[in-house]
Amino acid sequence: MAEDAETAAPGPTGSAPSSATAPLSRYLLRLCIPAVLILAWILATTTFQLFPKALLPAPWDVVRSAVRLIETGELLEHVLASLERILYANLLALGLGVPLGLAMGMSRTFENLLGGMLSIFRPIPPLAWVPLAILWFGIGTLSIVFITFLAAFFAVLLNTIAGTRAVDQRLVRAAASLGAGRRRIVLNVVLPSVLPYIFTGARIAVGVSWMSIVAAELIAASNGLGYMISFYREVLRTDVVIVGMLTIGVIGLMMDLGSRWLENRLLPWRQHGGVA
Amino acid sequence: MSAGTKISVRGVSKLFRTAGGEEVLALDRTDLEIRNGEFVSIVGPSGCGKSTLLNLIAGFEQPTDGRVEVDGRRIERPGADRGVVFQNYALFPWLSVAQNIAFGPRSIGCTPREVRERVARCISLVKLDGFDAKYPHELSGGLSQRCALARCIANDPDVMLMDEPLAALDAFTRETLQDELLRIWSEASHQRSKTVVYVTHAIDEALFLSDRVVVMQPRPGRVLDIVDVPFARPRAGEMRLQPDFHALQAKVWRLLNQKTEEEQRRQ
Repeated sequence: MAEDAETAAPGPTGSAPSSATAPLSRYLLRLCIPAVLILAWILATTTFQLFPKALLPAPWDVVRSAVRLIETGELLEHVLASLERILYANLLALGLGVPLGLAMGMSRTFENLLGGMLSIFRPIPPLAWVPLAILWFGIGTLSIVFITFLAAFFAVLLNTIAGTRAVDQRLVRAAASLGAGRRRIVLNVVLPSVLPYIFTGARIAVGVSWMSIVAAELIAASNGLGYMISFYREVLRTDVVIVGMLTIGVIGLMMDLGSRWLENRLLPWRQHGGVA
Repeated sequence: MSAGTKISVRGVSKLFRTAGGEEVLALDRTDLEIRNGEFVSIVGPSGCGKSTLLNLIAGFEQPTDGRVEVDGRRIERPGADRGVVFQNYALFPWLSVAQNIAFGPRSIGCTPREVRERVARCISLVKLDGFDAKYPHELSGGLSQRCALARCIANDPDVMLMDEPLAALDAFTRETLQDELLRIWSEASHQRSKTVVYVTHAIDEALFLSDRVVVMQPRPGRVLDIVDVPFARPRAGEMRLQPDFHALQAKVWRLLNQKTEEEQRRQ
């Protein structure tokens, strides 16, 4: 179960866990570029007044809008609407992608049966489904979930297939010679081996979910962060647009950190380089 | 099949096709009879078919020609009656030592109580006491192989198949584990005799452990000779220093090398 290059995320030897012991200088180094950017933003909008407010509002306009949106509960409403859709779409993607991926990874028959059709659907960007989704499901949650699901599904499926193919055959042989039947081998050897790949797939799926959900909500929703961004752009409230964008960034970051934490918690053996 | 025969290999050939479409005869019309309770080693250079032979007995692969039988029954698939110990341990990395050892008993339908008893017994047999809750990545090579041995023995198999189990260890650990292997084998055989087929490329290891040593040669893989090892059991580590032991070692060495010279002449 080597960490294949394909879709696998960087191992836990990456920067995340080691940052606990990082010296102060490393934190300062990381803050350098954001600090410069914010400074440039301040100078450009106030001192030099390079842009009209509708193109680029000042940082404190954005902060003031953020505070107002949080106080009125408007931001929370949109965040919850988007999160709910992402949750449904990803549960669906996991529920379908994992069993299908296992089946396609283990059986040539399944691979031949489904492989061709999926290769045709995969290159279609989820957003190209928007018109059909609106016709089938109307404007609203169902359409958005459908489109977001399509984006998430392939990430889960492809990673599960890759993981299933990478299962250490010695472990399968060991289990068989210990008396395990096919069912026990799938549940107790293949599935645990594939789990790290499923985790990676789910993390990528959540990432691409955010990309497609915002775009889908621009068109086919009446709430959610994408809708919020689109609505306030039309009324030239660029400060709120930026609040929406930053919110997505922060939530995305938190989800990524959370899933890494969970993965290290649930799959402790992975921290030490996979199969013994 | 004569009385007391446990494993019978008759006229077995195995043909592999490489990725390039080339055919390789890994095993050519091989015959071998292994008696019940016997410890037999197979030595030979790489490509001589020794691992193939082991995989056929394990049921991981099927012969192209001929029959492999255990207790007079043809082998069709892997089974709990034939435990396997692998060179790289093949422990389940997501299971603790105790859970790894419990995998077999759980697979063959032991009751939870019986599983616990077997795990406890095997852990003390291989001297892994105190390591129950450790995970494979926390174990050294020597401890990993003890765990793999315990996992194999927990099923109380009739036949134990070992594919270069000590090859990845340093020389000192290897000798310690050779001694340990004989002790564990004899203790595990108290209730029910255990037939061992042991693949190695180390002549001294084969002689120290075995009742008989099967010498194989490559291209195509086949049995060159079978050498009886007359030393009495229980065997102690000092046996490795005896002149008799060295003489036998030299005999096997010459068997293996004379053939190589002949091949060189042919080329």
